[in-house]
Amino acid sequence: MTAKIGVITFPGTLDDQDAARAVKYAGAEAVSLWHADADLRGVDAVIVPGGFSYGDYLRCGAIARFAPVMGPVIEAAAKGMPILGICNGFQILCEAGLLPGALVRNSELHFVCRDQWLRVENTTTAWSTRYDQGAEILIPLKSGEGGYVAEPNTLAELEGEGRVVFRYAGANPNGSLNEIAGITDARGRVVGLMPHPEHAIDALTGPSDDGLGMFLSAIDALVKA
Amino acid sequence: MTANKTHNTDSVKHAESTPDVPQPYTELGLKDDEYQRIREILGRRPTDAELAMYSVMWSEHCSYKSSKVHLSYFGKTTTEQMRSKMLAGIGENAGVVDIGDGWAVTFKVESHNHPSYVEPYQGAATGVGGIVRDIMAMGARPLAVMDSLRFGPADAPDTRRVLPGVVAGVGGYGNCLGLPNIGGEVVFDPTYLGNPLVNALCVGAMRVEDLHLAHASGTGNKIILFGARTGLDGIGGVSVLASDTFSGDETSAGRKKLPSVQVGDPFMEKVLIECCLELFREGIVVGIQDLGGAGLSCATSELASAGDGGMHVVLDRVPLRAKGMTPAEILSSESQERMCAVVKPSDVDAFMRVCAKWDVTATEIGEVTDTGRLVITWHDEVVVDVPPRTVAHEGPVYNRPVQRPADQDSLQRPVDLPRPSTSDLRDLVLRMAGSHNLSSRNWVTDQYDRYVRGGTVLSQPSDSGMIRIDEESGRGVALSVDCNGRYCKLDPYTGAQLALAEAYRNVAVSGATPVAVTNCLNFGSPEDPGVMWQFEQAVRGLADGCVELGIPVTGGNVSFYNQTGSTAILPTPVVGVLGVIDDVRRRIPTGIGAEAGETLLLLGTTSDEFGGSEWAHVVHGSLSGLPPRVDLKHEMLLADILRAGSRDGMISAAHDLAEGGLAQAIVEACLIGQTGARIFLAEDQDPFVQLFSESTGRVIVAVPRTEELRFTDMLTARSMPWRKLGVVDPESKALEIQDVATFGLEELSNAWQGTLPALFH
Repeated sequence: MTAKIGVITFPGTLDDQDAARAVKYAGAEAVSLWHADADLRGVDAVIVPGGFSYGDYLRCGAIARFAPVMGPVIEAAAKGMPILGICNGFQILCEAGLLPGALVRNSELHFVCRDQWLRVENTTTAWSTRYDQGAEILIPLKSGEGGYVAEPNTLAELEGEGRVVFRYAGANPNGSLNEIAGITDARGRVVGLMPHPEHAIDALTGPSDDGLGMFLSAIDALVKA
Repeated sequence: MTANKTHNTDSVKHAESTPDVPQPYTELGLKDDEYQRIREILGRRPTDAELAMYSVMWSEHCSYKSSKVHLSYFGKTTTEQMRSKMLAGIGENAGVVDIGDGWAVTFKVESHNHPSYVEPYQGAATGVGGIVRDIMAMGARPLAVMDSLRFGPADAPDTRRVLPGVVAGVGGYGNCLGLPNIGGEVVFDPTYLGNPLVNALCVGAMRVEDLHLAHASGTGNKIILFGARTGLDGIGGVSVLASDTFSGDETSAGRKKLPSVQVGDPFMEKVLIECCLELFREGIVVGIQDLGGAGLSCATSELASAGDGGMHVVLDRVPLRAKGMTPAEILSSESQERMCAVVKPSDVDAFMRVCAKWDVTATEIGEVTDTGRLVITWHDEVVVDVPPRTVAHEGPVYNRPVQRPADQDSLQRPVDLPRPSTSDLRDLVLRMAGSHNLSSRNWVTDQYDRYVRGGTVLSQPSDSGMIRIDEESGRGVALSVDCNGRYCKLDPYTGAQLALAEAYRNVAVSGATPVAVTNCLNFGSPEDPGVMWQFEQAVRGLADGCVELGIPVTGGNVSFYNQTGSTAILPTPVVGVLGVIDDVRRRIPTGIGAEAGETLLLLGTTSDEFGGSEWAHVVHGSLSGLPPRVDLKHEMLLADILRAGSRDGMISAAHDLAEGGLAQAIVEACLIGQTGARIFLAEDQDPFVQLFSESTGRVIVAVPRTEELRFTDMLTARSMPWRKLGVVDPESKALEIQDVATFGLEELSNAWQGTLPALFH
């Protein structure tokens, strides 16, 4: 049976079709979810894609987190559904309380778009089993507010429990604490990261196909479950 | 609306009864005879609202009154063969080209120069927004943007104000809109110090059958205004109409002092794009027009005059975001993110449902009539009653004086500039690579999203930007925008052809076939006969060049009055060329080293050509002589060879030679590919000339060693001049120019990459 992975579109979402393409490349069925939907249309996993939901007015992700579709997403997360937040999606998951911490303005104070090396630090989450521990992967980073911050005790908890999934390799591109690029929840089912794996699924249109592993990992996790 | 405004309304009836009221037409930019003509057309004095409409629509920006007589040369020279692939051309919102497989592509460049000087962020941002709506108005999905930017000297204090703002504006708007930025230009020259150029390009695609034209046809069809509300932003000269002395009470005098640069909301535009595309898919749009310069004045008069009758608009229905706006203000507001559609009455409900889904405000503001007149009412009084063509298309036409500048001859006289010895060349290569105009643009382009939508195959620093249109077949397009204003200053006719040749070559170097041309003609004041000569020459050069290449100009934009005081900018006819590639998987990258063991070849002929060169500018601060010779027949052969090489898998990388010559091109090819190379200069020519001459029609090609013989046999058979330049050397991490110097890649990278961050960090 083909896994069904939902991709949410908020007004202002930009990378929804890219996320859907990545799901298809990985061999699953992509299901469009609308911000005003009251349910998740029977999907097995959810991707909250990048963009500028509601214009990122007020604060990144602050309005999207109240969209009707987020209710069922939070419920499904509690039951262990694999959920991936990319860039603005990561910001939304933090705002929604599914992941700890917050994302602030880049230390250089402007938008940065670059091909970024990441080190994989946790290969046990629903979105990272296809990678080798310590592997370096090349994924585009494109954001203006990608600096990960959290309180010292939260940071210590994340590090202590091995919940940092991806870390920036080389120079820190945005001032993220501990070079954190992506984290997971306590159960390893919800993952959020600033870089864009959906833009690295084919060397023709991206710097590599290193991002495909995240989508393949999720499909593995669904088949196993 | 406050009720006390109504008694001040300058209705048609009021105008008829007060024929001698003095009107501020001079302040609105109208000449005495232009004002008289309006009175003749109407048979009375215009109302405030009519005067506002005519003055903006008859402005240089909207009416092309100084350029029209010259631009007609494009039409006159376009042959049937050139027209054959054109689905819409000059006069529509944007040109449309058939690229095969049922796909149509539309592209256009537009200037937003003056607003970007006054308010760099918003000026640039709304420049992007405007061109994107032009593309939407053709029924296409916008797919990518490019921007061609020019500033004063990189180290001038005001450039530090303007450049970061413009770059942040292009990025801030484009990134939030979800369109990849796939390339463009950043050029510095002192003439742009008080007048930067911000030219934005957008490209979009649609199925051929989905082409929408801006026509208001079908009596009884409804006019729907949708998108953002209408406010006081962007009202320039028109604000005089609402001044205290003219139209009466103004409760708060400060409100008229709003900046005349529009403020953009890219989120609104993104939603508007998706909303429009859904409306197109539903098939419920008869005609559509974006609201750009001149706002509703332009949209209503253009829609009506392109349709088959008249139009009646009830201005009270326009959703406003400021209190107490007058009819003239509503008609002239340039509030962003608005569109105007013509819809059948039976489709209005469906139209409104789609807009509601996207939370887009949509309002029926009027309907198509068979009266042949554009009638606009306000509080049940007629405030506009005009033949729409007289507003939109029958504006004044000027035959401005044209005079070759007296100093043109002395400018073209070559000056003997001291040349470096071979031992100085090492330093010169590094100095040039780090010079303001040749250094890496990464500091700028890294602020733009080039990945969104997942179709970007090539982007800056590649010679052209390339996007995939059809995911199944891999069909795509390549685009390049180019201009060297210094060449154009020395010889505007040849300079325009050089810009065309450069953009054409950049597209060809990526493996695509050039098919169409657009332009953005930036010049000084048309009232200066010398500037008009530059303009006329550039138009003729470009049009004649297109005839020779056999590809049409599908649209364009003119921006005059680009000058500081009496000093005009360098004549800057920015040329955009669109190319088609049937499968983007066979695109040719710019960086070398993709395959082990590549041979480097140099195609084309190098002559001693330094007029207007970057070397003369950087080392001597000199602009003199004649620009490089242009040979368009040679460019066509070169393009054909590159396409054949790409099709047959004989080319692994290619990079064109432009400003800075061979030295700059090989440095870039190495740095982009992160690969070393060893090159050899010819023995029978001065190394300095070989490295820095700007002779055109030249390309560095990397071929896999296994293909070398087959490829060079083809070059020889087709009489393309070539010589073996060297080999790719991945192990060395260095560029060796034999008998001249060796450079570590890191040393080159520091020189090339370090300049802009150091200036603008």
